[in-house]
Amino acid sequence: MQLRLKNFTKTFDGLTVIDNLDLTVESGEMMALLGPSGCGKSTTLFTICGIHRMNGGTLHFGERDVSDLPSQKRNVGVVFQNYALYPHMNIRENIAFPLRVQKLDTATINRKVGEIAELVHIPELLGRRPAQLSGGQQQRVALARALVRQPDVLLLDEPLANLDAKLRLEMRSEIRRIQLETGITAILVTHDQVEAMSMCDRIALMKDGKIVQLSAPDQMYNDPVDTFVAGFLGNPPISYLDANVADGQFQTGGGGIAISDALKPKVSGQIQLGIRPEYFGPQFGSGLQGKISFVETQGREDLYNVTLSNGAVLRSIQPSGRRLKLGETVDWGVDADHALAFTTDGARI
Amino acid sequence: MTSNFRAFPIVALLTILSLPLVVMYGFTILDSVTDTEPGSLVPTEFTVHHWRFLWDDTTGRGSVWTATLNTFIFAGSTAAIVCATSLTSAYALSRLNFPARRFFLAGVIILHAFPTITLIIAIFLILQFLGLFDTLIGVIMVKAALELPFGIWVMKGFYDTVPWEIEMAGVQDGASRFIVWHKLVLPQVQPGLSALLIFSFLSGWSEFILPLVLAPGSDAQVLSTYLAYFLLDDSLEVDFNLFKSVGLFYALPVILIYLIFQKKLMNIYGGGSKG
Ligand SMILES: Nc1ncnc2c1ncn2[C@@H]1O[C@H](COP(=O)(O)OP(=O)(O)OP(=O)(O)O)[C@@H](O)[C@H]1O
Ligand SMILES: [Mg+2]
Repeated sequence: MQLRLKNFTKTFDGLTVIDNLDLTVESGEMMALLGPSGCGKSTTLFTICGIHRMNGGTLHFGERDVSDLPSQKRNVGVVFQNYALYPHMNIRENIAFPLRVQKLDTATINRKVGEIAELVHIPELLGRRPAQLSGGQQQRVALARALVRQPDVLLLDEPLANLDAKLRLEMRSEIRRIQLETGITAILVTHDQVEAMSMCDRIALMKDGKIVQLSAPDQMYNDPVDTFVAGFLGNPPISYLDANVADGQFQTGGGGIAISDALKPKVSGQIQLGIRPEYFGPQFGSGLQGKISFVETQGREDLYNVTLSNGAVLRSIQPSGRRLKLGETVDWGVDADHALAFTTDGARI
Repeated sequence: MTSNFRAFPIVALLTILSLPLVVMYGFTILDSVTDTEPGSLVPTEFTVHHWRFLWDDTTGRGSVWTATLNTFIFAGSTAAIVCATSLTSAYALSRLNFPARRFFLAGVIILHAFPTITLIIAIFLILQFLGLFDTLIGVIMVKAALELPFGIWVMKGFYDTVPWEIEMAGVQDGASRFIVWHKLVLPQVQPGLSALLIFSFLSGWSEFILPLVLAPGSDAQVLSTYLAYFLLDDSLEVDFNLFKSVGLFYALPVILIYLIFQKKLMNIYGGGSKG
């Protein structure tokens, strides 16, 4: 079911946390709310499920205006960061609770609980207590409980934050599988760009209560609207160089960088150049001289920091095995087609 | 075995420290069923004469059974009022955002630390004014009111340990605030509630000053005032063995409750139950 948030404003004690936000999540879509801590992701999520009241704006689920409905009438499933399972109930009772509240008959409840337990792969755990489950299993139970009522919208607030790295990887694909199988409209709140990129159809990147950019993951990565977006996505992160357009080249501290045909008519004067680590290296020819100032071995790849003569630092990621030493001088090139140009105040050119 | 040896000095020390208490309790029990020559420690004969208060009116202040019933009513009602009120008001203080919440919280703490005895004259006057002086209802209300700050504070501590998200999850699951409180929150503060129930019952059971001052007549007397009457009334000949028997009778329920509910009582200082 489509979710439409219009002119949403939220203030806490006179402090505006969300300012005039518009967000539409299409039916069956999984949308990520991504952004740094304190940007208002949870606030937006809790407003959608009715825990917070809106100070202005409207919220529609499909054609239904739910702006003023209490949580109980909104039909939203929520998975909380700490799962919020009911500790005194076993798993079956936990999952059955939303149905019990609706006063369904026992046979229906049992059937639905059985089905949803199959979906999230926990039928053998139904008799246990939440305290007897691992983090990943608790996560599955929380998902099952949120989904068993067949809600219009599923909201996930940092669902993976409490899991260790390996489980996080597993649950990432599990949550996506379950979302796709049920076809439910979902919003995932996270501050981890990898989660957002790998799990979601589209990403809304937020900053200070506003959506800075809303697009599909690959588009946001390759075509960011400003330096904030470019810097938020990608690990290791993009690096920036101050550059001057002269002689048909970007002039920087370590040398010149060619300007792509697409950028040529648009750039002039002083700009900022964003270069992702995978587009800087010996495979792109030469032109930028610098010293290797940091080496990090990541197994499959090595990460190098190259300090140019004016002190600017460029990151480069290379297949491992090159064995460059700290302090070594290199002369590497940049993939001109993938260099991103920004104005000095950070807007994309 | 080795760990027993290491514990030996502690055990020895505790034995020495508690020996006088044990001897006192021992003689209380012993003296209540025996007669002893003056100046001697060794009892000479077995007798149930000292327990005659159970079937005779030895004091002229009515039967001990009336006093016992009164004590049960007094302690039971106090405990019930304290628990019912603490349960609801502590929830409000812990979770709801109402006007003057901070004021009430501060009030609870101050009252909790307030020396009761300084209020007694004011309370006396109020009860007199209300016509509740020398009635059981009057003392019950006063006792419950004075116990409440403690009860509210303890229950608030238990409510505070219940994660906020659990309630929000319940609300999202479609349950009303009342069902959420009843089905999801209450089971988690239940250990605290049982402990509070027992605590306030025992506190009511052992209350002495309030009934003594506010219900001095024989109709509303409780066991503690009944017992004290043996010492306070000059016209009665002091019979220490009788006094000991009554004391034992008075302490018996307390000891029983402690024995049965020790585990639950420990809870009150341990916070709520965790996931
Ligand atoms: N109940 C509240 N009262 C007052 N201010 C609040 C309240 N809840 C959130 N805020 C403020 O609103 C802003 C946004 O908070 P929010 O919890 O939405 O951030 P977030 O994006 O979820 O961050 P995080 O990634 O750390 O969870 C913060 O500045 C926070 O201090
Ligand atoms: Mg948050």
